[in-house]
Amino acid sequence: MSLHLSYRAAPGNPWFSWQYVRDNSDTILAALRDHTWLTARAVLIAAVVALPLAVAAYWFRSLAGPVLAVTGVLYTIPSLALFAFLGPYLGIGALTVLSVVVLYALLVIVRNALAGLNQVPPEVREAAEGMGYGRWARLFRIELPLALPGILTGLRLATVSTVALVTVGVVVGRGGLGQLIFAGFQNNFYKAEIMTGTVLCVLLALVLDLVLAGVGRLLTPWLRRRPA
Amino acid sequence: MNHIREAVVWLNDPLNWTNPGGILDRLGEHLTISALAVLLGCLVAWPIGLWLGHSGRGGGAVLLVSNVTLAVPTLALLTILPLTFLGFGRPAVVVALAVFAVPPLLANAYTGVRQADPEARDAARGMGLSGGQLLRRVELPLAVPYLAAGFRTAAVQVVATAALASFVNGGGLGQIIRAGFGLDIAAGGGQIIAGGVLVAGLALLVEAVLALVERVVTPRPLRRVRRVANWRAADATAGG
Repeated sequence: MSLHLSYRAAPGNPWFSWQYVRDNSDTILAALRDHTWLTARAVLIAAVVALPLAVAAYWFRSLAGPVLAVTGVLYTIPSLALFAFLGPYLGIGALTVLSVVVLYALLVIVRNALAGLNQVPPEVREAAEGMGYGRWARLFRIELPLALPGILTGLRLATVSTVALVTVGVVVGRGGLGQLIFAGFQNNFYKAEIMTGTVLCVLLALVLDLVLAGVGRLLTPWLRRRPA
Repeated sequence: MNHIREAVVWLNDPLNWTNPGGILDRLGEHLTISALAVLLGCLVAWPIGLWLGHSGRGGGAVLLVSNVTLAVPTLALLTILPLTFLGFGRPAVVVALAVFAVPPLLANAYTGVRQADPEARDAARGMGLSGGQLLRRVELPLAVPYLAAGFRTAAVQVVATAALASFVNGGGLGQIIRAGFGLDIAAGGGQIIAGGVLVAGLALLVEAVLALVERVVTPRPLRRVRRVANWRAADATAGG
């Protein structure tokens, strides 16, 4: 009888439980903060490195081939293998996760930024040249603004995939929300913990994507469709 | 550099290859899981993609599928699916990986049919081909380069993602890396790097072999198209 009662008193293993969220709000928020912070730093670092690379590949055509080839090969290497290559040297912790994630984000941003820059119509470039724009002025005032949609696509793709990729960091104990999912798995498949981690992860990706889309809209007013 | 020497030593120990749970076992698991996942992905994604492309509808849905799967962490699917009707064990792992194979397969099947020359399509219609015949005899052959490109992207992605199955003890070469990290880096550094070499090597090998296959199955006049298809495939997917 007592066994029966204790069974009923125990919450069982529901897919979602407010009780769990309330009782563990500290852990959950810490994981969310860690995840967001890792993602933000990764995308920022990747963007700072990737944009000059893309511009270099755009200016010097001979660089474009090697840059794309290297990014292509790196892209084929599975994330866990990258963790395995960097982990023993960078140690267990955030530095390893950040390095791996930055590498992948870098590839996505370089490819898309280069595609965006290559889409600048040659007539526009020639017109700017004819108006006496130098190389740098042309880059900052004509080419980069026109390549913004491509760059933003790259940033958004990089952000969304980074959010998903950070979870692989559990292999070195710093997976952000992945830590929650993995703990749920280790706690004998505690569904509420797994689902909370997963839902927050997807929501984080969605929110960051929407924020970037909003920023993109603000930055490219000329692309907004005029009311008919 | 010390770890690299340890990795070479680890890889040169024949027992690490032939022991139960050694490299050969893990490689077998890895390839079996990946092959099943790609097969399942093809069975689901190709008919849908071809049909959507043929009817010219659902372009938005194809895009949505690839965007949504991009945001879902592999780890989450690997831990959630065993809790559903699939049950614990290999089926859940295979389905989880197949989910990530679907977007490139679907997107390429869709684009492949859509890009078929409208004049060829009109000519076929004028010759009295029915919708099904048009798909089978005109659009499908023209879509082959795209299908091959999608297959290659999906297969490489699945082989890469299969390494993560080790998180839920699903087998595969990832187990070697996980076991190395479990040992602590000072002791397992060599094994970790050796595992990384195996996982990365397998992914690159699959990529190279399938690139060759893709070239062989693509008719010569369509080879220019193939390159474009590759680019699209690379752009359609990210992460893993």
